[in-house]
Formats: sequence, structure tokens, C-alpha cells
Amino acid sequence: MALLEVNNLEVSYGLIKAVKGVSFEVNEGEIVALIGANGAGKTTVMHALNGLIGKSGGTVSFGGEDITSIKAHRLVGMGMAQVPEGRRIFGELTVYDNLKMGYYSKRDKSEFEKKLNEIYESFPILKERSGQIAGTLSGGEQQMLAMSRALMSSPKLLLLDEPSMGLSPLYVNTIFDMIKKVNSLGTTVLLVEQNAKKALSIASRAYVLEIGNIVKTGTGAELLNDEDIRKAYLGG
Amino acid sequence: MEFLLTLINGVSLGGIYAMIALGYTMVYGIAKMLNFAHGDIIMVGGYSIFVFAATSFGTLPPWVSLLFAVLMAVIICALLGFGVEKLAYKPLRGASPLAVLITAIGVSSFLQSLAQVFFGSAAKFVQFPDLGSLSLGELTVSYSTLITLISTVIVMLALTLFVKLTKTGRAMLAVSEDREAAQLMGVNINFIISITFIIGSSLAALAGLFSLMNVPFIKPTFGSLPGIKAFTAAVIGGIGSIPGAMLGGILLGVVECFSNSVPTLAPYTNAIEFAILIIILIVKPTGILGKKRREKV
Repeated sequence: MALLEVNNLEVSYGLIKAVKGVSFEVNEGEIVALIGANGAGKTTVMHALNGLIGKSGGTVSFGGEDITSIKAHRLVGMGMAQVPEGRRIFGELTVYDNLKMGYYSKRDKSEFEKKLNEIYESFPILKERSGQIAGTLSGGEQQMLAMSRALMSSPKLLLLDEPSMGLSPLYVNTIFDMIKKVNSLGTTVLLVEQNAKKALSIASRAYVLEIGNIVKTGTGAELLNDEDIRKAYLGG
Repeated sequence: MEFLLTLINGVSLGGIYAMIALGYTMVYGIAKMLNFAHGDIIMVGGYSIFVFAATSFGTLPPWVSLLFAVLMAVIICALLGFGVEKLAYKPLRGASPLAVLITAIGVSSFLQSLAQVFFGSAAKFVQFPDLGSLSLGELTVSYSTLITLISTVIVMLALTLFVKLTKTGRAMLAVSEDREAAQLMGVNINFIISITFIIGSSLAALAGLFSLMNVPFIKPTFGSLPGIKAFTAAVIGGIGSIPGAMLGGILLGVVECFSNSVPTLAPYTNAIEFAILIIILIVKPTGILGKKRREKV
């Protein structure tokens, strides 16, 4: 059984159907990429998964439990954390307080220090900046913080929405290395990306989304070599 | 000496404004709405004190009776704030700000009319135990002013520590900055908004008490002017900012007392206070401690 199963998901904004019956699954241990152009419905799928917007049809199950109509704030406690598009760190709080917010859904206080030290060990820059107001970090550091914040809840599934957006090429590599590392440590990843080449290079499997429909699926390597995909998304 | 006395009275009055302004600013920051019924919560607090002090005087020692009345006022206001949010504002989550604003004005006139039905529109005298005053050399300060001052300091310290050090406080800051991101961290927005209304309304009850200690008369429009003044204070300090509300409130109270102490200025005190608001809005539209909010796409 897959960790995340999405069946016939539909989302509408008023009369406009943005997602028209999308089905996919994410198995434990995988990195699954959802790629597509601007406006294909990637972020809408993400928001529907995390409960921030309502679904107009279809079902979603996570770890065997039906989460179709579960409220956004309950999902993180169930093991599904998200790094939203545009990072959305708390810019007026310190780096430390941001990480503490990431641990909000957990109760065990002693575990917090342990988790925090794990994060600080992997990303020493965050330890260095722990007292700094998060809004003053560079874009790449903010993305690192946003991911670390999500990891504080020890999620089974990490949803990443456009993690490379607005970052310098150097940081894009850092962030993708970070995703691989997180995955190798046992967190399943669902990744939404416009940077298809990068996403496919680390994905176990991928789905291609076009105007609200999934039009193609395969392993990362298959899609990287697919003629149509190369033309449409990878620049020939 | 007179300068010092006016300053003490000003800070004390400012403390009352600050307590009310905190309610406006916290609700604005977290629920993103202007709760124009907030002033009327003060009025309900005032009437609660009136009722419970009057019924328990004689049977209880004066101090105990007063404390009992205040406690009841805080509980009633907290429940009222909680209830108003659930019944009137929560169904409008996601509606246009104008709809929420009009609803708040509706709640305000509902509460005032209700008070009028129960207590009539004439001002009622509220019996307080005579607290006397403290003399330090030439300086004579009434104990009620001192109590207001000390309580303000305690309330502000407690609120600041609550926001900085507790999990719920941090979640309040997070929600006020980015509601969706806070939800993704597991924060239940409805819970945080309820807590905010409860805290704000409890502070309004205290503000009602301290206003009555200054001028012991209550009528249905009791909360209107302090409400508007405190809203002005919140905007001057930077709406959404907790230290801003404290600063704006105290600033306004001090200005009011100094202006009232000069005979030629006294008739214009309200005009002077609102003129300060206009000047601040021209010079620094976000208020003294307000931050520019990035528009999210």
C-alpha cells in the first residue's frame, strides 16, 4: 500500500476547474516529482493535499487513513509536513523560534533538543544564526530554514512546493542535495518543481501535469530521456 | 511638582488606553479585523462591576467585594468576547473586510441597546470603597491612580512574557505573520483567535474597572469614547504591534492629561489627540512601531 494515494482529485476555483481528476501515489521511501509548466495546477494539487483549499472531488489517503476532509493543522501531527511555495518562514521571528514553530505539533519537550541538534548538525549555518531574525537571512538560507522547520516534526512525508524558486544556481544544488539527504535518512518526499531537469535527476518517479491532468508518468530517468518531455520541459 | 503629578496621572490614564488598545491590536494582528465592538466590552465590564459590587457590598468587606466584582467582570467579558467571535465573526471568516466591519458595528449597537434595555440610558453611580491617597511630601497621588499604574505594568509584562515565552504566544505571533504557514505547522487558527478574543476582552474588563475608579458613573455609551481613543492609540503605535499599543496608549494618556492641565488647551484636548493621529498617519502611515507588510501574491 502506498504512503500517499490520490484518487481522482478535483479542485475548482469558482467555475474554473484547476485540477481535473488527478490520480497518483507516493510509496514509502520514494522521491516523487510532480512537474509541469506554470499554471498546470501543481501548487493547487499541493494546497488540496495539505487541506488549505477545499477539494471538489476525489479522495486522498495517507498511511491508509482517509484524509480527504481533514483540516490543514491536523496533518502535520499525522506525519505530513509541507514546505510551502515561497518558503513562508516567519520573517519576524528568530531562526530558533521558527524551528520551535516547526515542532508545534509535538508534545515531547525532551525530544525537541535532540531534533534541534540534529538540524543544527546538518546545517551549521542555522545554528550560527539561531538568534537572528529570520527575515534577514538570504533566500537560500531561508529555504534551508523552511525545510528544517518542516523536518522538526519528523514527518513521514515531506511535501516540497517549488523549493528551487528564486534561488541562485549554487543554492539550487545545495537544496537538491539536502532533499536527497533527507530522503536517504528515511523521509518520503513529494516534490513539485518547475525546474524539471533538476527534479527528474533526483526523482524515483515523476508525474507530468498539464492543464489540470496527468499526461505522463515514469521513473525519473525514463522521463529525462523522453523525447516529448525533453522538448517541452528540458529545452530540447 | 504639578508636572510630575500630571505625568503620573497621564501614564495612569494611558495605561487604561493601552489595555484597550491591546485588544484592538491583537485582534487586528491575528484575526485581521477591526473589532469595533471592543469598546462596548468595556461597557459590559463596567456594568458587571456595577451589579456585582452593588449586590455584594455590605455582605462582604469592601475590598473583597470589589475584587469579586472585578473577577466576575473579567469572566463575563472573556465569555462575551469568545461568544461574539464565535457567533458573529467566525461565520464571516473569508468574507470581505467591509462585511466584518459592518458586523462589528452591529454587535456594538446591539450591546449598547441591550444595556439600555436592562439599565436605562441614564448614568448610574458606581459605589467604590474610598481608597484614599498617598502623600509623598508635596505630592498627593490617589491610590486608584497608583493601582491603575501598577496593574498596567503587571498586565503588560505578563502579556509580553506570555507572547515571547509560551507556545501559544509564539503561535499567536506566527498566525499574525502568516496564517497559512502557521496552519502548516499544526496551529489551530480557531483556537488562537478564540484565545486572542478572550485575552483582549479580559483586558477590556480591567480597563472598565480602572475607568470607573476615575469617574464612577456608567451608561450604555460608557465604552465608546475610550474605545475610539484606544483605537487611535493602537493606530498611532502601529496596529498589529503589541509594544506599539502600549506605547500609543501611554503617549495618548500623557498628552490628554497635559492638555487638560492647561486651561487654554483643555477644551481642545480631543482635537489635539486626533490631530496627533493624523500627523502620525501622514509621517509614518504604519504607526510608530508598525511594520510594512509585504503583500503576498
